[in-house]
Amino acid sequence: MHDIYNLVTGPLAWLAWAIFIVGSVYRLAIMYILAKKKDAASMAYMSWGFSLRSIINWLIPFNALGWRRNPVMTVATFAFHICLVLAPIFLLAHVVLWDQFFGVEYPVFRENVTDIMSMIVVAGALVFAGRRLFQKEVRYVTTCQDWLILVIAVLPFLTGILAYHQIFNYQTMVILHILTGEIMLAAIPFTRLSHMLFAVFTRAYMGSEFGGVRRVKDW
Amino acid sequence: MGIQDRLIEDVGLREGVKRLTEDKIEKVVQGVLKGETGARLAAYNEICMRCGLCSEACHFYLSHDGDPSYSPVGKVQQTMAQLIKKKGRVSPDDIYGMAQIAYTECNLCRRCVHFCPVGIDTGYIMSTVRRICHKLGVTPQYIQDTAHSHSATFNQMWVKDDEWPDSLQWQEDEAREEFPGLRIPLDKEGADIYYSVIAPEPKFRTQLIYQAAAIFNAAGVDWTMPSEPGWDNSDMCMFTGDFEMMGRLKRRHFESAQKLKVKRIVMGECGHAFRSIYDMGNRWVAWKMYPVPVIHSIEFFWELMKQGKIKLAKKYPGPVTVHDPCNVVRGRGHHEKLRELVRFLIDGEIIETASNREHNICCTAGGGVINCGPPFKNVRLAGSKAKADELRATGVKTIVAPCHNCHGGLEDTVKRYELGMHIKFLGDIIYECMEKPS
Ligand code: SF4
Ligand code: SF4
Repeated sequence: MHDIYNLVTGPLAWLAWAIFIVGSVYRLAIMYILAKKKDAASMAYMSWGFSLRSIINWLIPFNALGWRRNPVMTVATFAFHICLVLAPIFLLAHVVLWDQFFGVEYPVFRENVTDIMSMIVVAGALVFAGRRLFQKEVRYVTTCQDWLILVIAVLPFLTGILAYHQIFNYQTMVILHILTGEIMLAAIPFTRLSHMLFAVFTRAYMGSEFGGVRRVKDW
Repeated sequence: MGIQDRLIEDVGLREGVKRLTEDKIEKVVQGVLKGETGARLAAYNEICMRCGLCSEACHFYLSHDGDPSYSPVGKVQQTMAQLIKKKGRVSPDDIYGMAQIAYTECNLCRRCVHFCPVGIDTGYIMSTVRRICHKLGVTPQYIQDTAHSHSATFNQMWVKDDEWPDSLQWQEDEAREEFPGLRIPLDKEGADIYYSVIAPEPKFRTQLIYQAAAIFNAAGVDWTMPSEPGWDNSDMCMFTGDFEMMGRLKRRHFESAQKLKVKRIVMGECGHAFRSIYDMGNRWVAWKMYPVPVIHSIEFFWELMKQGKIKLAKKYPGPVTVHDPCNVVRGRGHHEKLRELVRFLIDGEIIETASNREHNICCTAGGGVINCGPPFKNVRLAGSKAKADELRATGVKTIVAPCHNCHGGLEDTVKRYELGMHIKFLGDIIYECMEKPS
């Protein structure tokens, strides 16, 4: 058990972070080069102002038409993403690890807060899964990738909750938690989770095009 | 549920796919994907979350009882997603279906953009599918005929070189009875504006040229029209995916204006031609800014009105509703000017449809869909049910629609859904209400 623990917190953790960081930089760089080479007629119209205008407007819940028309999805999406990003960063146990390994210290959320946030992530994932199963326009276009990334995203949180509440074997859960977290990190640049990297650019482009060329809102 | 269950016979599509083999398809698809598309398409393909939020944007989906195969992402799933996944190795029958989706079940109206959190442009994806189909030689017969006309005559309607000035002179003659001294000045160098229309105007809506001439005459505008090819600003090649020809058309249009050294081009009440200028054609010929300023007639009429150059003898009886054409409203932000102008012209209120301004629901004619002709008419009209419902709810009798495509489409919609409404161009209303010599 101890050896596995050392493996997942040592070499595997380094590997996961390396894949995440190097992979992300690599993918962004390749996309940028490709855009320069092939999308000049689009790139020419990119504008900072309109990009930010669009991004900000889409970050306000119920602001965009798409959000307004789908309230359940809006609440689920915002709650899911906020918790998914913030909970791991401000979780006590994670901050302790940062401190232990690198001497980095920063404020943490109370433990029951991160616990609830993790549950929100799981609940959000259930909403998404429900839509994939029962809403016909979503089921029609769902592919294996879509299920895969949902599972990849939810497992670290599920195992985290189980470990925190000491359900099943604590040691095993912690190891699974770390392992699934690492899988998620490594998967970001190479699966549909890459929307974390690219969505900001597609949004910015659409904002520039609608703001600068078409002179209307894109939300 | 899916395109293969609703294939429609069209001789252009049928003959086109007969000439295909899987090898040929693969080669052409790869050629377009590698040669003409880049990061934009790659990113769209990768990060579309398959969340289906865009579905509700699309009038085809709304009008077909929420059939998922008509949703924006559903259409991408059946076309581009397959082409990318299978690296272009699909069967000729698959191409038939993809062409039908791309040409006849998407108006490229881009309403779906307002619903997609990650900013995916389904209109662009569908245009790219059309580009592939064009290169494969699989296009609906009717729209291909207009594209051929562009190639042969530089106008959409096979109007011959002598027929064009003839039509103008005929309209001038007619108009002089009502407005003595009226001229349609041809090839006048250095005029303030160059008026350009789409070829269906001389072909079957000649009264629109008459009306424009009457308005410009009354307002004392210094204007001209070219006597030579280049006069037609329309662009069906953009819609078929024949981008080479699209580029030639735009170049010809601008060159004819440059030759006359005019200050501005004013485009008639048409939306798609405008799109070809600000969005597609200009980029293909690598103009970030076009060489001669261009404005749409909504803007021009609005200017004339603001400057008090048009005197009204009466106001048009309202209330009316306004239909916002995608290409000049979602495409160019003319919604407020349009409303100001309409308020000026009518006696009564504007009753808005539930979706309006940049969020308007498309007329279901645009994007070349109406130009695909009779075989697809019933599907198109089924697709405009959502629009018809919104129009009916306004309870008014008049729809103001400053776009030829919208006009044609809405006329069919009004008939099919028995809305009992009539559709007006801005020019119709201004002409009807302006002061005329008694
Ligand atoms: S561009 Fe318009 S017609 Fe095409 S999928 Fe989007 S909403 Fe539907
Ligand atoms: S809303 Fe956007 S991300 Fe969601 S399915 Fe439609 S195109 Fe894809």
